[in-house]
Amino acid sequence: MEIAGQNPDIISARELGVVACTRCTQVWPAGTSDCARCGSKIVARDALSLQRVWALWLIGLMCYVPANVYPMLQTRTLLSVQEDTIVGGAVELIHHGSIGVALIILIASVVIPLGKFIAIAFLAISVKRPSTVSKQHRQILYEVVEYIGRWSMIDIFVVAIMSSLVQLNALAAVNPGRASLFFALSVIFTMLSAQAFDSRMIWDLQTRRQRSDTQ
Amino acid sequence: MPDASPIPLDQLIVCTHCDAAYTLKRPSAGERARCARCGTVLITPRRKAGLQIIAISVAITILIIAATVFPFLSITAAGNTNSVSILDAALAFSDGPLLALALLTAALIIFVPLARVLLTVYVLVPIVLDRPPARRATQAFRLSEALRPWSMAEIFALGCAVALVKISDLADVAFGPAFWMFAGLVVLVVAQDNFLCRWSVWKSLDKTQTS
Repeated sequence: MEIAGQNPDIISARELGVVACTRCTQVWPAGTSDCARCGSKIVARDALSLQRVWALWLIGLMCYVPANVYPMLQTRTLLSVQEDTIVGGAVELIHHGSIGVALIILIASVVIPLGKFIAIAFLAISVKRPSTVSKQHRQILYEVVEYIGRWSMIDIFVVAIMSSLVQLNALAAVNPGRASLFFALSVIFTMLSAQAFDSRMIWDLQTRRQRSDTQ
Repeated sequence: MPDASPIPLDQLIVCTHCDAAYTLKRPSAGERARCARCGTVLITPRRKAGLQIIAISVAITILIIAATVFPFLSITAAGNTNSVSILDAALAFSDGPLLALALLTAALIIFVPLARVLLTVYVLVPIVLDRPPARRATQAFRLSEALRPWSMAEIFALGCAVALVKISDLADVAFGPAFWMFAGLVVLVVAQDNFLCRWSVWKSLDKTQTS
């Protein structure tokens, strides 16, 4: 910790009457609208942030439903045509004995997306009303959500690799199903939703409450 | 701290994650400055980082182009062989409405990483040479940072591993030269990302512009 504050009671930029550019971290007097260094828009706290979070969250959730209902992968062999949904494909893999890979698929395509929906909703609600979870933990949760969300794309890439590679004329062919499009959209919209969340709001509540405690 | 406001603005550093404000104290090379409240790394200067990043970036550019063109994986089953490049894999979704997905995949695994690397070189070369920043360097660096979450080369690499296991009971899979290039590429992309101290880059872009 090289730049610890002079006081254990850390103050926020807003209380100092300054505002920082979220892109390049340059500090400006409060009320500045554009960062003169990098040109980004500056907002002390984005009032519409939560609306955007919820809107994108909802689109992501709506895309996630067809992503699980439609087939993700269509496997055509000499004798049969088989269509697998995401979960169906993973169950198939378990039957074949590749439990590890099935777990990766299940974690990346089911656990992480669902966990993300819950986590973003929780964070968005928690800045509006007092929460029992500490700010540090919520900040960590936010960072985990932001970092891990991208990894859900793995299933799309698996489908892409398989369907370009397994094209053996009559013998076997793998083709992408409709679910892949919806799944990709769902991942993208939840990523955008997480990005729209202004994590500084997590900490505002703390400073506000501390102030009222000391008074 | 009521006496804090007279501090000049360039003596302040603010954590963009939690909005905590600190007076600036530059860490020396190899050290990291973290936010005391939320733990976000604020400054992480490295000696000669600029030159290292440029070197890595050049390597990444060559590897991306090579890995895209050369055959990536090939499979054989009962005498039938098929080999594909990364571009083929990205364009697998090429029929009908899935075309959008094909373009998206190509962007995520090839074009976004490539664009980020080129933008980084464009921004860093003048800084390392102690020249004034390139034209529109701030916009270039801002774009590069905005593209950061959308660069998914490393995820594609893990996707390959999963796909291999899924295919292996259907056919024999062999690695092409591009596979190893891509493996190296992933390591370099991650290294480049970790070497880069954003705060220092912005600082040098700023200094050279105002003076």
